[in-house]
Amino acid sequence: MSELLVLLPIFLESTIRVATPLVLAALGGLFSERSGVINIALEGKMLAGAFTAAAVTYTVDKRLGMGTASPWIGLLAGMIAGLFIAAIYAVSCIRFKADQVVSGAAINILMLGVPGFLSGALFLSSGSTPQIPKDNLLPQSPWFVAVVILVLVAVIWYVLYKTPFGLRLRSVGENPEAADAAGVSVSRIRYSGVLLAGILAGLGGAYLSIGQSSLFTRNMTAGRGFIALAALIFGKWRPVPTLLACLLFGFTEAGSILMQGVAKLPSGEDIPVQFIHMVPYVLTIVVLAGFIGSSRPPRALGIPYQKEK
Amino acid sequence: MNLCNLWITNPEMTKLARELLFPLIAVVAAFIVGGILILLVGDSPIVAYRLLLGSALSWPDGIGYTLFHATPLIFTGLAVLVGFRCGLFNIGAEGQLYIAAFATAWVGITFANLSPWLLIPFCFLAAILSGAFWAAIPGVLKARFGSHEVINTIMLNFIAVALVSYFVQYHYKVPGDPIMQTSFIGEGAHIARLGKFVPGFPERIPLNVAFLLALLCCLLVYLFLWRTKWGYEIRATGSNPSAAEYGGISIGKQIVLAMAVSGALASMVGINEVLGYRYRYYDGFSDNYGFTGIAVALLGRNHPAGVILAALLFAALQHGGIYVDGFSEHVTKDIVQVLQGIIILFVAGEAFFKWLVGRRFSMQRLRA
Amino acid sequence: MLELRQITKRFGDVLANDNINIVVKTGTIHAIVGENGAGKSTAMRIAYGFYTADSGEILVDGQPREIKSPHDAIALGIGMVHQHFMLVETMTVAENIVLGAEPGTNLALDLRSAGAQIRQLSEEFKLAVNPNEPIEHLSVGQQQRVELLKALYRHARILILDEPTAVLTPLEVEEFFVILRRMREQGKTVIIITHKLSEVLAISDEVTVMRDGKVVGRVQTKDTNAAELARLMVGREVLLRVEKPDAKVGKAELEIRNLSVTDRTGAKRVNDVSFEVRSGEIVGIAGVEGNGQTELIEALAGLIEPERMTGEINFEGKNLHTMSARIRRELGIAHIPEDRHRRGLLLDFSLAENSILGVHYRPPVAALAGGVFLDENAIQRRAAEIIQEFDVRPPNAALPARALSGGNQQKLIIGREYKVNPKLLLVSQPTRGVDIGAIEFIHRQLVALRDDGCAILLVSAELEEVTSLSDRLLIFHDGRIAGEVDPKVATLEEIGLLMTRGH
Repeated sequence: MSELLVLLPIFLESTIRVATPLVLAALGGLFSERSGVINIALEGKMLAGAFTAAAVTYTVDKRLGMGTASPWIGLLAGMIAGLFIAAIYAVSCIRFKADQVVSGAAINILMLGVPGFLSGALFLSSGSTPQIPKDNLLPQSPWFVAVVILVLVAVIWYVLYKTPFGLRLRSVGENPEAADAAGVSVSRIRYSGVLLAGILAGLGGAYLSIGQSSLFTRNMTAGRGFIALAALIFGKWRPVPTLLACLLFGFTEAGSILMQGVAKLPSGEDIPVQFIHMVPYVLTIVVLAGFIGSSRPPRALGIPYQKEK
Repeated sequence: MNLCNLWITNPEMTKLARELLFPLIAVVAAFIVGGILILLVGDSPIVAYRLLLGSALSWPDGIGYTLFHATPLIFTGLAVLVGFRCGLFNIGAEGQLYIAAFATAWVGITFANLSPWLLIPFCFLAAILSGAFWAAIPGVLKARFGSHEVINTIMLNFIAVALVSYFVQYHYKVPGDPIMQTSFIGEGAHIARLGKFVPGFPERIPLNVAFLLALLCCLLVYLFLWRTKWGYEIRATGSNPSAAEYGGISIGKQIVLAMAVSGALASMVGINEVLGYRYRYYDGFSDNYGFTGIAVALLGRNHPAGVILAALLFAALQHGGIYVDGFSEHVTKDIVQVLQGIIILFVAGEAFFKWLVGRRFSMQRLRA
Repeated sequence: MLELRQITKRFGDVLANDNINIVVKTGTIHAIVGENGAGKSTAMRIAYGFYTADSGEILVDGQPREIKSPHDAIALGIGMVHQHFMLVETMTVAENIVLGAEPGTNLALDLRSAGAQIRQLSEEFKLAVNPNEPIEHLSVGQQQRVELLKALYRHARILILDEPTAVLTPLEVEEFFVILRRMREQGKTVIIITHKLSEVLAISDEVTVMRDGKVVGRVQTKDTNAAELARLMVGREVLLRVEKPDAKVGKAELEIRNLSVTDRTGAKRVNDVSFEVRSGEIVGIAGVEGNGQTELIEALAGLIEPERMTGEINFEGKNLHTMSARIRRELGIAHIPEDRHRRGLLLDFSLAENSILGVHYRPPVAALAGGVFLDENAIQRRAAEIIQEFDVRPPNAALPARALSGGNQQKLIIGREYKVNPKLLLVSQPTRGVDIGAIEFIHRQLVALRDDGCAILLVSAELEEVTSLSDRLLIFHDGRIAGEVDPKVATLEEIGLLMTRGH
């Protein structure tokens, strides 16, 4: 028991560490999906953010000697990269009414290739960026990060429920025809939603490469974009529950690492880490099927808005 | 002029033209964008593309490996196609093929001493049933609870990967082996490499009977979808569920059936991998086959013949990627995935090209 | 003043508005009447910027204005209440009302002051609603009030109301008219789209009558009467009296006892209906659309879950209640659905493939290898027969159904359903969107099938059609049978009044 008490702060810290990129990406996905655009491309946007942030941080330090300012420039660059990818996605889905799932899958495949392609050209490496010195990384303190995340969730909650933009966003995702009839430009709102998702997912990716790690490695998100999507569904497309879902998923992940060798099954074996990994996905399926409360997606999710049908 | 008229007035011909034209435009456009990217990083697109595509055509290695790489892509392409034809988006081929590959290996290991005449059919059965079962789960969830198959198949991919990795790590790994892989399957479960039959084709190239199976599956899928009553019902459901219901077709049944068939097709990647190539289950073997299958199906216009062509193209790129990696200065094999992504983006954005064409026409009209 | 000048609008090959002119004077209540599909809603949706016209112009207060989206219309003081309410169900009344015209700053949504303003408006116009209630908890009547408040909140001077009374009980209609008159007193202009003539006479100052996408009449309400309006709406020149011999009526094929059908929200759409259809007769159902006819036919065809139905449906003595659509087809029930694009056709499939829908799983179509494989020759033969016998043009079985005109699509469906030699035919809106030549052909075919001894249940919103084809005519109103008349002696006016007024 005392063993566990000692572990608790470490446990919390690593929960926050694991959850942070998830929260950022999931909140991004929330903007996009509440406006009615499915976002299976979160993974690709995170990769774009992670790679760009690491590459820019390294380069501005190396070439321009920016030193400790470089991670902040890298962070900004990561957000811009996410924005750029989101812009491609948005034009495809909104302007040209392409299938959102197909376009999202395309973005994900594209972003599996682009970082490797660019790092090969820029750093003559196979898919990773050079190591960034420890001093030139984002602040490591989990408590600092936790505060930032809490503030961000509060801001997003406010934007979603207490501003005209939030009202319009929610209405467009539920009933775009009604929003249109009320004089709201459906496509403008959807562009905003998708682009915000890009910025936040890019930020999440950036935190992964220049916050938690010190370089970009091939496919370093390893499905976090999809876990974020799962958290968004598990959180029923609402900011606070989504945050809690991310923490829960982060907690299971952190637990799976820390509990190795500590907690045992009654039979004396380790709890297989794979089963802990499955938790978020199983929960999402269960919730989506309506076994635990109902998780109803925004009604217009995934449907391009066609004016005259 | 006469030819042109014939082309336009014959609906079959215009349909064929349209079906061929858009994928072709998408591929060419993607290669142009890719070429610009290659130029930007300081290499010559011509040199890079020659490496990429040229190496795929050499005998026997280029062609052998291209066909070998095409095999799983044909299977997953067909899997995605069957889903699409029923109005379903099976993003879960990746998970289905992992489950199936493991099940195949399990049978191959557990019943290693059976005669090949029994063992090989058993392995096939294990693959097909397990893949179909895994894919039927999201089918049932959609038919019964209306939950979206896209999300559920994505989630089931991760669950499949974790589940199989658990079995390998805790139960079927050779003790002491640092690599996450099972022990070997019985020799009786091996299926022949094509080198056995084709003179001058070395047996070291892992191209095996599963490739012929893939071609056979294309034919079978065609017959199933377009020549049987079940295929008719699946396509009717995909085309217009309300009309299908009106015609006495049970939508829910079709969704489950289509997903199961889709999963069975994806499962055959496991046959190629386990019975024809590595003779064991190797954790994480899939090179994104399930996701590339989406690209293959879309580029192939959801037709089995198109799937073969698209799979060959992507396989050639995949094989050529290795040469690009080795022989060009800046460009890496990642260009393959970049091209793939751009191709799907263009295929999805068909409206974009129509818009481009329309704008040109209207500008001409303005000038006139 | 609102003026639509020479507005034309096409949807595909359908001319929804054909060079129409409508003038609405300020401070009046103006009714636009016409049958379903006459183009009333299209014209008003153009005025509201929901659709863009192919040609023509819109003038507001004498000025030509470009209205590209509802946003532009709102800015010009135009408001519209759509037939299907444009409300976000999960949000509150106040949120819906302010949406797109939010009070407060960009950074803070001021719902409190909005609430006060809404309360003030609802008092002024006697439109009581609770601003904090979510829409999904409101009755349709309350939702309509929210729609009105939405327009008033945006300072609409011209209010367009699309079929506003369709969802109201007679008592609510009375209250609603009081509200409309109050609005007129305050100087607002009201445009009301309807096909209920009694209401037009009760509330409007002026009437524009539309038929087949054209404006066919413009009259002062005080100078007209229901009979004249009905005649204008239906039109005289399309009198297609069908020559038919007397019915040789046989045994009852279909017997319906106390059938009720509810929709997914639990509302009763068909309410305790009993009647029978005998072989060799056409029983017609007349009524304004949306009075339960669709649900009745779908319930008979097996397209509604058994849980949503009570009562008995007997076909040749067998209770159909839990039988699937497929089994009903096998028993000899054919169905020509009201919406051929949604229900009747696989638009991307070829004519040949469409010709086997419903029989695709059994011989002679699925005959090879134990009935699994489709017999291409049998399919082609079947398609060729249908194409030839029912004069489907162009006669090319390889074309996708999408490529055909509405009339030819309909002929294909009719041919397909006739091919199974049905004992009972359910047919809904058989000639909607069909050209005159095809209408005549379809009518003759229906009579021929009747004379072969088939029992036919015909639903049509075209009074002309349903009276001339039917041997017996039931009039539907609000999910019930409002009356039965002998179509040989009843006048159009008589039937028209019965279906708009109920009992």
